[in-house]
Amino acid sequence: MELRKSYFADQRKDDLHEIGQPRPRSDSPGHVTGKTAYFADRNFPGMLYLRMVRSPHHHARIRSIDTSEAQMHPGVVKILTAKDVPHNVYTILILIQIGPEDETVLADGKVRWKGEAVVAVLAETERAAQEAAAKVKIDYEVLPAVFDMEEALKPGAPVVNEYHGRNYYLYDSGECRKVRFGDVEAGFAGADHVLEQTYQSSPIEHAPTETTGCIVAPEGNDRFTCYTNTQAMFFTLDNASIILQMPGNRLHFVGGTVGGGFGGKVDVIVEPIAILGAKLTGRPVSFIYSREEEMQISSPRAAEKVVIKDGVMKDGRIVARKVTGYTDAGAYSRHSPYGAQKGAGHYPGPYTIPNVWIDTYCVYTNRTPSSAMRGFGVTIGDFALEVQMDKLARLIGMDPLEFRFINAYRDGDMKAHRQATEGAALIECMQEASRAANWPVAEKFMAMSSYAKGA
Amino acid sequence: MAIRRGRGVAAINYPTGMNLGGDPTQALVHSTPTGNFMVTLSSVDLGQGMKQIMAQICAETIGVPTDRVVVDTADTDTGPHCMGTFASRGTHRAGNAVIQAAREARQVMLEVAAEELEVNASDLETDGQGHILVKGAPQKSISIFDVALAAHFKRGRSISGRGMFLIPRSYPEKETGAMKPSTCYAHACTVAEVEVDDETGEVTVLTVKNVFEIGRALNPKMVEQQLVGGSWMGISHALYETTEPYYPNRDHGGTDFNQYLMPGPGDLAQTEIIVLERPSADGPFGAKGPGEMCANPQIPAIANAVFDAVGVRIDTLPITPERILRALKAQASN
Repeated sequence: MELRKSYFADQRKDDLHEIGQPRPRSDSPGHVTGKTAYFADRNFPGMLYLRMVRSPHHHARIRSIDTSEAQMHPGVVKILTAKDVPHNVYTILILIQIGPEDETVLADGKVRWKGEAVVAVLAETERAAQEAAAKVKIDYEVLPAVFDMEEALKPGAPVVNEYHGRNYYLYDSGECRKVRFGDVEAGFAGADHVLEQTYQSSPIEHAPTETTGCIVAPEGNDRFTCYTNTQAMFFTLDNASIILQMPGNRLHFVGGTVGGGFGGKVDVIVEPIAILGAKLTGRPVSFIYSREEEMQISSPRAAEKVVIKDGVMKDGRIVARKVTGYTDAGAYSRHSPYGAQKGAGHYPGPYTIPNVWIDTYCVYTNRTPSSAMRGFGVTIGDFALEVQMDKLARLIGMDPLEFRFINAYRDGDMKAHRQATEGAALIECMQEASRAANWPVAEKFMAMSSYAKGA
Repeated sequence: MAIRRGRGVAAINYPTGMNLGGDPTQALVHSTPTGNFMVTLSSVDLGQGMKQIMAQICAETIGVPTDRVVVDTADTDTGPHCMGTFASRGTHRAGNAVIQAAREARQVMLEVAAEELEVNASDLETDGQGHILVKGAPQKSISIFDVALAAHFKRGRSISGRGMFLIPRSYPEKETGAMKPSTCYAHACTVAEVEVDDETGEVTVLTVKNVFEIGRALNPKMVEQQLVGGSWMGISHALYETTEPYYPNRDHGGTDFNQYLMPGPGDLAQTEIIVLERPSADGPFGAKGPGEMCANPQIPAIANAVFDAVGVRIDTLPITPERILRALKAQASN
């Protein structure tokens, strides 16, 4: 890595002692010698292991659940179903008033994705919990499922989630989050070329080294300590408090040393049910995802579809950009309504465009619920935007890097969401990339500045 | 049939934090009797090194070496509230809270030192090595060790401080979408070079040259580890990863690292990282959040490089050999 201090030298004072120094990390010796304690290193006498019975169907009505045989399995201590969860229907963003509550801790009457938790089995050993889970008998009536966002948005599509009653999230702005700036149709009408393209992505896995999990210990004083690898301590505690209808002062969360998150550990999934298990049995409970659960049950990055329509002039100016973004939330909201909205605030990318129209939709399907992941709302949008930029440059016969200089935002430029640009640095990044990659651009672009007057 | 070479570029920006939800984080700082400093948080270290960065921020603000600072985090019985470690917010939000708390603690520390030295607190400065000196008369000084002892056992002062940083929630306007999604943005430009085998569709990423503008590199070695890791993740996202390889058929999703495709060490490109620093107006020492941004520009840069190599556009991720071969076949038949 190289620090190029010549850029922005007039914007910065380099007079610091500890900041800017490559100090060795105080926690690395513990990490590399295997001595750092993670949540799963805790072991309590009498600890129980929790395993979930999961739906084998993408969409089905639950006719009946029979746990009698599982109950008799040696080592089984407790079996939990929907009726045991005090506030079973929840949604995590309710803490910032983004509802409605649309997801069940344990499925109640219906499953909406393959892998959904239906019954929780608590047993003396992991093996007993797994064997007993296999003995739970659930009678399903399979329902038609929808896996495609376009299909889900068509009239007559199966309704995935009755708590929404429609297969998209309803924002206060309607069926999508909207950004309107200038007159996009006039922009297209006056453009030399118009290009509309569609981009798509697949869900991907966070792939942390340490799988999601927690260990809960009853403290004997009506308090419960939850050792967890959540990425958000109070967010998880407060949601657990709602789901369990248990005052927050009875919950004590300990964590903060985590083997990778990437956004995969901000859903509140393992902690509430493990605390409930500890409360109902009076014993410590361990609930840790297997690698299979981490990869196929925990929320992936959403599949997305992005349609971009641009109007561009022969001289390289983009005069209009319309973006329609679709985020596949899967069966439940989790963080996806936020991600889709974040996308609306991110388009049209770091370029100054006078006419912009953005619609971003959060769509429900019977796929695995997606949620937060490193860059969500932006990563796939950037893939689409930057491939589109390459196509536009080639369409008008211009160098793709020079084309970006012409459109790059600078301090003071008004963005589509009506904020004046501050602290821009795209031009300088491209200038340095031009040098480092030996990708020459015209001298006038090398003389540009994100902030200097007249440059 | 041949191995064809191409290169592609992408330029991006990325917002720091979670403005659209409201974004608070708090910190507490206090000194021990012998002048070490404890930072108490509920923020989570995901392995990226949050604890180390908070220690350096506290040390810089108080004016002591970093090894005099201990970070106690993520115990809800002791640590004040933090929204969480996500949205590229940890360093920016918690860092600002730590600065505010450390400033308050520093002020008490200087007041106690002033009483001990019988001077005005405003005439004192720290040397960054554990001493407090009279400005212009450095022979008149006291160690922070002695100041902390005096505060605890003689002066009855608590050398401590409270810090709170809040970005209030921005509510998008319904019709126009007017909103403030972030107070500062990190930037990047990436150039990727690839080779594509037009017989097998296989892509080899040769080099990835990344320029990142991140406000301030608070610890350059830790910045490097995060940016290099992000760059590798970008390659993985572009070419390999999916939990549903046969979508819309949802069977055969990967369930372990044998089945779920990711690059191994031999698949990683020669990676170059160049960092620029344009300090943000509201960041701790100007820092922005590059945690998510650094894994994004490689994806379109590689997609554009594949086009440059073989002349087909793959507009669906991941860019698999199968998709490339199908596109080449369609191109040949046109």
